Amino acid sequence: MGTDILIVDDEVELAETLAERLRLRGFSVSAAFNGEQALQIMEETSVGVMLLDLKMPGIDGMEILRRVRKTHPDIEVIILSGHGSEQDETYSRSLGAFEYLRKPADIGDVVDAVKRAGELGQGAKGR
Amino acid sequence: MTRNMTLILILVSLLPLILLAGLMGYHFETSYREKVLEHLQELLEKHQQNINSFLDEKLSYIKVLADSYTYDQLTNEAFLENKLAILQHAYSGVFVDLGVLNSAGIQISYAGNLKLLKADYSNAQWFQEAIKKDYYLSDVFSGLRRTPHFIVSVKKRSGDKEWLLRATIDFEAFNSLVEQIRIGDTGSALIVNSKGEFQTHPRIEPSPNLADLLRVAPWVWTSTRGESVEPAQSRTPVEMISYASNAVSGMVKSRNRNTIFIFMPLKSGEWTLVYQQDEDDAFSQINRARSLALAIFFPGCLGIVLVVLFLSRNMVRRIEKSDLEREMMNEQVIEAGKLASIGELAAGIAHEINNPVAIMVEEAGWMEDLLDEEEFKDSGNIDEFRRSLKQIGIQGVRCREITHKLLSFARKTDPVHREIQVNDTIGEILGICSQRSKFNNIRIQTELDADLPLVSASPTELQQVFMNLINNAIDAMGSGGGLLEVRSRVDGDMVVVDIADTGHGISNTAMSRIFEPFFTTKPVGKGTGLGLSICYGIIKKLGGTLTVDSSVGLGTTFHVHIPTHPQTG
Repeated sequence: MGTDILIVDDEVELAETLAERLRLRGFSVSAAFNGEQALQIMEETSVGVMLLDLKMPGIDGMEILRRVRKTHPDIEVIILSGHGSEQDETYSRSLGAFEYLRKPADIGDVVDAVKRAGELGQGAKGR
Repeated sequence: MTRNMTLILILVSLLPLILLAGLMGYHFETSYREKVLEHLQELLEKHQQNINSFLDEKLSYIKVLADSYTYDQLTNEAFLENKLAILQHAYSGVFVDLGVLNSAGIQISYAGNLKLLKADYSNAQWFQEAIKKDYYLSDVFSGLRRTPHFIVSVKKRSGDKEWLLRATIDFEAFNSLVEQIRIGDTGSALIVNSKGEFQTHPRIEPSPNLADLLRVAPWVWTSTRGESVEPAQSRTPVEMISYASNAVSGMVKSRNRNTIFIFMPLKSGEWTLVYQQDEDDAFSQINRARSLALAIFFPGCLGIVLVVLFLSRNMVRRIEKSDLEREMMNEQVIEAGKLASIGELAAGIAHEINNPVAIMVEEAGWMEDLLDEEEFKDSGNIDEFRRSLKQIGIQGVRCREITHKLLSFARKTDPVHREIQVNDTIGEILGICSQRSKFNNIRIQTELDADLPLVSASPTELQQVFMNLINNAIDAMGSGGGLLEVRSRVDGDMVVVDIADTGHGISNTAMSRIFEPFFTTKPVGKGTGLGLSICYGIIKKLGGTLTVDSSVGLGTTFHVHIPTHPQTG
């Protein structure tokens, strides 16, 4: 059931634990640890919601966001960043991010954001 | 530096003044003295002509008498009496008597009051001179009659015998001619012969070495030595001397006074008309002008010196102050640069810390999830585990909040105006200051108007203002604790923020200078004295006001008035 979630974060521990916790809550989750991996997984499987870190080596979060909005406009992106600056928030929202959460984020907030994003995605697909 | 500047200024302003005053004074005085001397000479020349013509006139009458009448007629006493009467009638008091002398010097005919018939003049000096010349004018002498007089005589020849017609001229009549010459208080004239003997009564005491001084006159020289050479040097020191065609003028020092003198020849150089006057008297006007000029000059110089001293000291003080200000500005810039790099560092740290904290929180969350599994349900400490894990989550969020505030404050300053909710800015600053106030036992009480309109300002500048005011309030209360009240309200078209403390207050003397740059009551090195003046500048720029109420010992309240944003106001 539920939405296919893709977690993109260079912090492997965080990505895996978060993935585990979301699976426990019934979501189907996969994780990518850098930008290239994320783009590859996106091509191979269907993704509904993406949880994206901004600061990463290689292709960074903003760049991925930009590409996703171009190639997969049906994927909703939730930013999950350690850099809590308002500039980043405004900029990423202007690029089309669905939500902006600051690390460390409460699991309840994450689930809530994912659900809202999933509903929006489903609604778009249903149409 | 002050001394150099003062010296240069004094030199530049005084030197031209002194030069000008000196040159003008010198030229003016010289030409004025020349003019005075010229004027005196002219005046004297007129008198010289008068005297000469008086003498010539008297001589010519006698000449006319001698030419018109024969020896026989003139030796007739009745005839002579008649002629004297006519002369005395025409010129009252001038002609005293008339007489005819033979070549042996015996008066053979006489008309006059004195019994001088048959008087023997053969040994009289005047007769010896007169018998050699066709016309003769004697020096003044007392002679047989014991009163000063002089004699005019004409020599005639009839047949083989020579005879003289002579007349006595009254001295007083002649004297009055010279006595008329009076100029100023000390200017007077007298007549001397070439030996320096007075021919008139001197009205004032003449220069004691007049006879010696006379030797400078060329006509005196010629008549005493009988030859024309260079004028003799006077033994009396002559301060200044000038020769004109018909006069000698100069100045001589005697009895500690400077006396100007003018000599003019009379009677073809046998007599000299002497004019003398004290220099102070003759040049009294220029002396007065000089005193006046000096009376203006010296206070003027003093004034210039004082003004220069005052101005240069002032200027140096101002330069020193601006140097100090610039130094302070440099420090400010360095300070700002430091803050910026601290800001960047803080931002980096905040980001780096958030990731590990996020992992910890996530792991704690995962443990919480696992606690819900069946096998742990029966554990006695399950509630303690839950509480502990929840606390990890809470503290993680707290870390996030701290780093977030740090980041928002460390953001690069930008003076771009935006619409700002003042309450939010106050909240941010209080968040940052809360730790410090807690440390100092200070309670913070806020009373913020929830419907506060937005204002247009630079967020960082506004932060700076509140940061400064709140920090000052905390400083004022010290470690003893107190109450910090922050209120926001609307007053007309202004948003007003009151920041009140219960600190030591501001003294009256400090109150008048509180917004001055570099004014501080904090110990050296603790405050730049710029904080409040920068706040004042920022608020002023926004079109608002920054005011303060304070009572010593009770506390201080700052009122910030900021105009509301036009669109939202």
